[in-house]
Amino acid sequence: MTHPSHGELARVVRDHAGQLAASLVHLVGDFAAAEDLVQDAIEAALTHWPVEGIPERPDAWLYTVARRRGLDVLRRESRYREKLTLAAWPAEPAPDDRLRLIFTCCHPALPRTGQVALTLRVVCGLTTGQIAKAFLIPESTVGQRITRAKRKIRDAGIPYRTPAADELGTRLAEVLAVIYLLFNEGYLSSGGTNARSRDLTDDAEFLAALLHHLMPTEPEVAGLLALIRLHRARAAARFDQDSEIIQLQHQDRSLWDHEVIADAGRLIAVAAACKQPGPYQLQAAIVACHAEAGRWEDTDWTQIAVLYEMLLYLAPSPVTRLHRAIALRYVTGPTAALREVEALADDLNGYHLFHATRAELLRDLGHTDQARAADQRALTLTANPTERSLLRQRLNWT
Amino acid sequence: MKYVLMFVDTEQFAADLAAMDNADRERAYARVQQWFADHHDKITHHGHLMPPDTATTLRLDRGEALVTDGPFVEGKEVVSGYAEIEVADLDEALRVAKLWPACPVVEIRPLAS
Repeated sequence: MTHPSHGELARVVRDHAGQLAASLVHLVGDFAAAEDLVQDAIEAALTHWPVEGIPERPDAWLYTVARRRGLDVLRRESRYREKLTLAAWPAEPAPDDRLRLIFTCCHPALPRTGQVALTLRVVCGLTTGQIAKAFLIPESTVGQRITRAKRKIRDAGIPYRTPAADELGTRLAEVLAVIYLLFNEGYLSSGGTNARSRDLTDDAEFLAALLHHLMPTEPEVAGLLALIRLHRARAAARFDQDSEIIQLQHQDRSLWDHEVIADAGRLIAVAAACKQPGPYQLQAAIVACHAEAGRWEDTDWTQIAVLYEMLLYLAPSPVTRLHRAIALRYVTGPTAALREVEALADDLNGYHLFHATRAELLRDLGHTDQARAADQRALTLTANPTERSLLRQRLNWT
Repeated sequence: MKYVLMFVDTEQFAADLAAMDNADRERAYARVQQWFADHHDKITHHGHLMPPDTATTLRLDRGEALVTDGPFVEGKEVVSGYAEIEVADLDEALRVAKLWPACPVVEIRPLAS
């Protein structure tokens, strides 16, 4: 018998937790009660599997434990007991069941923090402790968020159901926002000195892939999945041996996973054929422009600037304008780009990337002192260790 | 489940309503009437409140009962009416509330059973 690795354990639990939750909600008819049973079963698995090995049918193992706990906990409620006794594995849940699970966890009547915690717990099978570690927050805070979210689902009558066609657009946007937040949280915290035990970008990709599997014709879902994969395909080149961040232009592109990049490109093309452009598809297309360039010098900046223009049209924001300005630096030159950036001063004065971008453009134009001042300002505005070290490097070199 | 939809007026909304000519105001009222008609099978009761300057607040937690003029919270957004509805779940309540044609804010609260 081999002892499963940490990652293997997490993966197997995640592959089955959502299905288990979905079938138990179906069985017990109560979201909160079913969720408790799933958590109990996962805690048991995390105790037993590292010692006894992962069972041949992890799904059946988890289900048996959950069912037994269910019988214990709900002994007094004859109706539940009857249901649980009748139910035998395999009770193959329809794919739709995990979709319902996701939409319930990400209901807009729940606060974002509750949506995130609940999705990780119910759909990905993370324990409260694992979520707390991933976000560097106390376990009690996570516990409270979960409890409150579950209570609201029950008390406010949040239904366990996929949204109707007329509300699918806004509800799906909510789900995608939760997955994107998870991805960003994981992406920004990766590689630095405070390595966290859980790779949230992996959970984000899992969720996006699951959603794409369940809703294969939604172009924005495909867009988000492609976006996440394009970033992850290049993760190996993002940091040097000392965990210092390496900027895109200096990355060793042979370390990128070109197969994943090509796959993501096809995903974007299929989505684009639906002719319903959206922010995630556009962001993915922008990242693809970078990922598909053989060398930094080959980057198609004109295309990138056009894509940012479209993104600004669909989702106007000062941060997107800032990114478009960065692209303009390579299309129309630093003077025009700096003018664009300066115009954002009122909106982005508190944002470190605004000052860092300004610094780069000022340096391009030979205004070294002003550039240093802007970098200093950026440094005071970010706590992220990898970004801080990058800014310090720049201040030391120039 | 039963929910109470609390209709919340804003200063802007009140000003817009006041600025309307009679015909426009009639149309605005007609839209509200239509909403009530469209959802009459779900609405268990409803009411429209007089403006906040008619409110009197009584405080009972300060020894002697204290009577003051005005609403208990002074704010730019005030509850101007309510409708109690009976629907399957929050999504259905949201569906009904989203069609509300008048004041710009609606708070939805489940009624304790």
